[in-house]
Amino acid sequence: MLDVLTVAVSAAALALAAWCGFAAFRDQSTKDWHFIGMAVVTFLVLVQLIVGIVQLARGEEAEEGTTIFVAYLLGALCAVPIAGFMSLAERSRWGSATVAAGAVVLAVLEVRLHDIWTVG
Amino acid sequence: MTATEGTTRLVKGPGMLLVWLYGVMSVGAVSRSIYQIASEFDRAPLAYSLSAVAAVVYVFITYTLVRGGEKARRAALVCCAAELAGVLVVGTWTLVEPSAFPDATVWSDFGYGYVFIPVLLPLTGIWWLRKSAEAA
Repeated sequence: MLDVLTVAVSAAALALAAWCGFAAFRDQSTKDWHFIGMAVVTFLVLVQLIVGIVQLARGEEAEEGTTIFVAYLLGALCAVPIAGFMSLAERSRWGSATVAAGAVVLAVLEVRLHDIWTVG
Repeated sequence: MTATEGTTRLVKGPGMLLVWLYGVMSVGAVSRSIYQIASEFDRAPLAYSLSAVAAVVYVFITYTLVRGGEKARRAALVCCAAELAGVLVVGTWTLVEPSAFPDATVWSDFGYGYVFIPVLLPLTGIWWLRKSAEAA
């Protein structure tokens, strides 16, 4: 379950990064559609956070420790929304670039989350 | 360009992206240092102390960028230079004498573990801070 979500979030994050990166490339600020995209990605991360906590509550353990695992889940949850708010303050291509960077950071966090959870 | 009351606003245009990246590095470096120093400091004291120094530098630069103004701009410039020096020194150090570092720091191998962002960020920062001065 968690693996599937990690892959889904990574793919969604990379798609969002490409989309907002394209907007930045075309010298456009973030539009309503971009924010809907951010909401979708954030929702997926929220589901991941809940599933992760449920797995821990059921007695499963993260390979690198519970603290790191939860910290990364929370960090992943914050990345895109914060970048989104920053793009509201910066109504130019650089706002879009910030969201794209935020989505890339999220994708990297997902890779780390996978390592933290998986044995080996 | 000047914003209200003639202060140099640093968080605009590319500055916004820069603040985001510095913010991410701050959160990453601070939480990493706290965790490492609290849980396993004895394993690699040197590496973890250097990570803590890096964390402080990142937090300070983020703060100065958000604060804006000429004084903050100069302070940020000095810190970016210090950061660049830190990355280069620690990066070289980890390559020359890996035995001194049982565990990695944020600045190990020139920030290899962080997609070289630690070495690229100060360069971008210095460029942006100088550009802001010309525009002001």
